[in-house]
Amino acid sequence: MADITSQIPASARTGATAIGSGPRGPKPRRRLSPGNIMLYGTLFVVSVYYLLPLWVMVMTSLKGMPEIRMGNIFAPPVEVTFQPWVKAWSEACTGLNCDGLSRGFWNSVKILIPSVFFSIIIASINGYALVNWRFKGSDVFFTILIFGSFIPYQIMLYPIVILLREMGIYGTLWGLVLVHTIFGMPILTLLFRNYFSSLPEELFKAARVDGAGFWGIYFRIMLPMSLPIFVVAIILQVTGIWNDFLFGVVYTKPELYPMTVQLNNIVNSVQGVKEYNVNMAATLLTGLVPLIVYFASGKLFVRGIAAGAVKG
Amino acid sequence: MTAATSISVRDLTLNFGAVSVLKTLNLDVAEGEFIVLLGPSGCGKSTLLNCLAGLLDPSDGQIWIKGQNVTWAEPSERGIGMVFQSYALYPQMTVRGNLSFGLKNAKMPQPEIEKRVARAAEILQIGPLLDRKPAALSGGQRQRVAIGRALVRDVDVFLFDEPLSNLDAKLRSELRVEIKRLHSRLKNTMVYVTHDQIEALTLADRIAVMRGGIIQQLAAPQEIYNRPTNLFVAGFIGSPSMNFLNGATVDGGRAFDFGGLRVDLSGYDGGAVGAREKAILGLRPEHLTITDTAEPGRTIPAIVEIDEPMGADSLVWLKSGDATISVRVPVERRPVHGAPVHLRVDIPKASIFDARTEQRI
Amino acid sequence: MAGTPRRMRPLRNIYAKIAAIPMVLTALVVFVGGTLWTVTYSFTNSKLLPKLNFVGLDQYERLWSNSLWLTSIQNLMIFGILSAVLTITMGFLLAVLMDQKIRFEDTFRTIMLYPFALSFVVTGLVWQWLLNPDLGIQEFVRGLGFATFEFDPLSNPDTVLYGLLIAGLWQGTGFVMCIMLAGLRGIDEDIWKAVRVDGIPRWKTYIFVVIPMMRPVFITTLVLVASGIIRLYDLVVAQTSGGPGNASQVPAMYVYRYMFTAQNLGQGFAASTMMLLSVLIVLIPWAYLEFGGKKNG
Repeated sequence: MADITSQIPASARTGATAIGSGPRGPKPRRRLSPGNIMLYGTLFVVSVYYLLPLWVMVMTSLKGMPEIRMGNIFAPPVEVTFQPWVKAWSEACTGLNCDGLSRGFWNSVKILIPSVFFSIIIASINGYALVNWRFKGSDVFFTILIFGSFIPYQIMLYPIVILLREMGIYGTLWGLVLVHTIFGMPILTLLFRNYFSSLPEELFKAARVDGAGFWGIYFRIMLPMSLPIFVVAIILQVTGIWNDFLFGVVYTKPELYPMTVQLNNIVNSVQGVKEYNVNMAATLLTGLVPLIVYFASGKLFVRGIAAGAVKG
Repeated sequence: MTAATSISVRDLTLNFGAVSVLKTLNLDVAEGEFIVLLGPSGCGKSTLLNCLAGLLDPSDGQIWIKGQNVTWAEPSERGIGMVFQSYALYPQMTVRGNLSFGLKNAKMPQPEIEKRVARAAEILQIGPLLDRKPAALSGGQRQRVAIGRALVRDVDVFLFDEPLSNLDAKLRSELRVEIKRLHSRLKNTMVYVTHDQIEALTLADRIAVMRGGIIQQLAAPQEIYNRPTNLFVAGFIGSPSMNFLNGATVDGGRAFDFGGLRVDLSGYDGGAVGAREKAILGLRPEHLTITDTAEPGRTIPAIVEIDEPMGADSLVWLKSGDATISVRVPVERRPVHGAPVHLRVDIPKASIFDARTEQRI
Repeated sequence: MAGTPRRMRPLRNIYAKIAAIPMVLTALVVFVGGTLWTVTYSFTNSKLLPKLNFVGLDQYERLWSNSLWLTSIQNLMIFGILSAVLTITMGFLLAVLMDQKIRFEDTFRTIMLYPFALSFVVTGLVWQWLLNPDLGIQEFVRGLGFATFEFDPLSNPDTVLYGLLIAGLWQGTGFVMCIMLAGLRGIDEDIWKAVRVDGIPRWKTYIFVVIPMMRPVFITTLVLVASGIIRLYDLVVAQTSGGPGNASQVPAMYVYRYMFTAQNLGQGFAASTMMLLSVLIVLIPWAYLEFGGKKNG
């Protein structure tokens, strides 16, 4: 990859942001100066605030209910049990059924894979066409797309219901896939457009002189040069689609609910005694996929979210 | 259009919105000719080249290459090869892949592709690099590969878009010689865009100096240098640049008068000068000599202000009346600061411009 | 003009045009069409099914006399203003701390940003548990000996918004910090050299030099944060379900209720049109600032 990226301008490699370029502030001070103690002290306290919920989630999910009722919320379990995890995965009850989160997990997977695939393919082609094959009005559609991404989804909810019903895919996974493809389009198109426009235009011209057409240039020149941005897009979409709640509720039937909806139904359905350990295990399970993506992707995740922000 | 015409541009116009980038431009390039499009940035030279390549659609007019109207043809159908400033090598392909990409797109049989790649590699001496990726090449090597990519296409017309601008000075002069050698070997038609007048003067059979989407002058390098058609060309070509003296032609055009100082114009290489109230005398720094003796009508008095030694030569700046004049002298003959001297004017090599029309007289 | 005819215009770039069909359909049918459709039907008395039976501004009159809507709007205003001000202030301050050439920058950033990767549902449920009055933070502090300690925002209609705010800040501040940090890193390094030569104290540099230079970053962040706040839905559903009572209702929940459970489509459309209107109030001045002066933004 090194040789691919070395020809790409630095601005493209680090995204629109310069987070990768290292700190730029004033000179570092001596260690253990009062200022430094303040600085690291503040950062430490802030970190505790951010980490506590994760800590509590994990600890609670490993305790038995009696211990939860007795002990304090921050204490690690005296007796570690994985029972809550098992129950959350396969036995916890929503209002409708009692087969746990596993159903929601697999629904989410089934929604996620085609949604990520289609939204990224379409958006990357959009971005490519917008940069290299501009036609009359193409920028107008792009502007509408970007403005559309700021419009509250609520205003488009019902027209899409009608649209999906007419297409015969209302309440199906494919309907939801289409919705994710549509609503992922603005940010991803922006991402790809910005990336492709940072590639040297002469490369595109050279390929045209070499007789490559629209698809030839896309597949043979652009795609191989754009692997990093595709990874960014995948990260963005996996976390975004996995975390969706609203579209899942609106456009699918209860047996097809994605994991987030299932989670909410398990935790917030009031039936008998609340099992906080099971709830936290379920919450953690739902958060696991995006967390894994996040921790595995590191700076690429930052780049993904900043891509939308810098030139939104 | 004669049979020997390779490229013919007719009334080419290109507008970007309200901005007119090329204005009914006409240009004929003979077969095997090396044409340089020269001008400051934004003059339309690269735009014209992109139109020739088919990478930009003109608003109006036609482009003919080899007797074919290619105005609306795809770039790959025009029989052109193009070399770019940033090399534009496909980073994920090896040098061999870069050279053969176009041929593969044209569905050429593999043995023929190999033959052509081998020939290009031999001509450009890039044989050992064929299996490397562009990132592993130096700037000069990359530009050779970029030239090779045009070469393998075996076309009649080569288009160069500032190919040497990204190289350092030494490499630039080396590759300049190489391009000239290539041209004398292949005898293709070449259209070469640059803003570097040294490249233009050394390479071109003819130079087209452009400004504002219009060709100001199209002529051989010496002609452009010696007899610039207007003030812009005169000022743009030549480094250090031409001295311009504002004044008037008097005595029915027999003398030039600026601030009371007079220069006799007999021997001027141009049209009838006539008397003009506002005229500009253009003198290149090498067309002035510093002497100690005054010759009425042939010399003007001046005072040495500063000098800039440039190796073999020195550029001396003098004050003559209100005008500041630069003179190129051999470095060992630099005059003393503040010394009153006289400047002998080489009128046969001078240019006189009408101050209003800015055209050479 | 002599010579071969011009290639027909519509046929040029034909593949690009075909490839752009999904984008064109999304832009025109879903974004423009859907919005116009909803706005149009907000003037009808559609109940279970959309019907073009126009009743003027009836739905809007009903909307603005509905106490549930008024509560929702009020909640959103309070939550929105506090949330925008606090995330941006805290995000900027954290970014400044992160920009002091600290060690472990990556670790700190990873810690501050991970909540942003989580679903609002997860965030809402975790904080629901942390704020649980019987077993959560309140009980923990009481267990330390502060027997009268009170920290139970979610059960009290007057404080429930602050409970949501804590969760919202936890999720969103890291994101703002990252954008601000990118903005800080985007400032010319020579500025820092210049102010050092001039002997200007660091805090003054931030206030009088850096913040004015980062104005566009602040505006963009504000727009992003604000458009997120207006959509606020999942967090409330998960953390409080709009309760206690209706104390933490928000407009998005109102829309959902009338569109999909109360079977009063017209009311839902009117409410969502009001949401659109509030976004436009944020968006139009921003678009004007961002793209107004120059031609190609």
